[in-house]
Amino acid sequence: MSTSDTSTPPQTTPALKDWPLWEVFVRSKQGLEHKHCGSLHAADAEHALQMARDIYTRRQEGVSIWVVPSAAIVASRPAEKGEFFEPAADKIYRHPTFYDIPDEVGHM
Amino acid sequence: MSAVATDTDTVVIDYLLHLGDNALVLAQRNSQWCGVGPVLEEDLALTNQTLDLLGQARLLYQEAARLMGGEATEDTLAYFRDAPAFRNYVLLELPASLPRVGYAQGDMDWGVTLARNFLYSALMVPLWEALQHSAHAPLAAIAAKSLKEARYHLRHASEWVVRLGDGTDTSHARMQAAFDHLMPYTQEFWTDSALERAAVDAGVGVAVMTLKPAWEATVSDTLQAATLRRPAAEGYVPQGKHGLHSEHLSYLLAEMQCVARAHPGAVW
Repeated sequence: MSTSDTSTPPQTTPALKDWPLWEVFVRSKQGLEHKHCGSLHAADAEHALQMARDIYTRRQEGVSIWVVPSAAIVASRPAEKGEFFEPAADKIYRHPTFYDIPDEVGHM
Repeated sequence: MSAVATDTDTVVIDYLLHLGDNALVLAQRNSQWCGVGPVLEEDLALTNQTLDLLGQARLLYQEAARLMGGEATEDTLAYFRDAPAFRNYVLLELPASLPRVGYAQGDMDWGVTLARNFLYSALMVPLWEALQHSAHAPLAAIAAKSLKEARYHLRHASEWVVRLGDGTDTSHARMQAAFDHLMPYTQEFWTDSALERAAVDAGVGVAVMTLKPAWEATVSDTLQAATLRRPAAEGYVPQGKHGLHSEHLSYLLAEMQCVARAHPGAVW
């Protein structure tokens, strides 16, 4: 490899460069919700489903799998965290624990 | 080695070893991809399937050892028999590459691996289906478990055959070369053997010829979807199930068996 040009960064392998990213959601039991458990690279939806089966349900973690193109997910921006989430911080009356329950109401 | 005992136990044992050797030899071949798969996800997928095959081999050997009695165990069957005693199809012992001599080393070919897994699992799905009705109850139970695994192996391999066959010019050419190389070895599936005939007569085994239409349909449909030309299966007919193997099996077994033979009886 003495002739290789060290000034150019190593190429991403074609497979990972070409295969889009997918988010994987697994339902662990009937009746429970699908939970996000990770992501993977795959060529298409069917391929992503197979790979999710092999990577995320090897130890009987699931009875159902969803895969979603990562690009289809719209996410909040970390830079906007302040305006997005902090206004909720001082509205403690939105928590049920804010209210005193009269003794005669008993257990709710 | 063509003598087949009429004793039912011997017939069942030989048949179990044929099935077990198929599973073990392909497991050993495919395990060579562990850690060097084309991408992490596929490395895990193929290793999962290798463990399925290893699990099938263990169950089949355990049942054979139980019937043999004496000192026989799954380990003596896997590690202390030599190539002529193995009854696997030659297809399964070939290196994961286009033709090369036994001692040659080189890059493995993902296309050859997937083409082989496809041709084999296309046979094993109908075979395990039929063996669920075997007169030997433990074999019927193993078949029911293995069928689910084989269905997934077929699905995985078919997806790849179509994706690579109907992919780029390079992937198409490599997939075609893989099938051109391997297809003649599938002739062995359909050859008559005393071992299988005795198992069929005992109600234990399946007449493989009855599975040919299902196999043909799977292969033709998938190759067509993959835009691949179906090569002729002709020429030399391998006889692995008679114990006549290619030069590759001894190298494969040497690697697989050397530790167990260097330290017989060792446990961890």
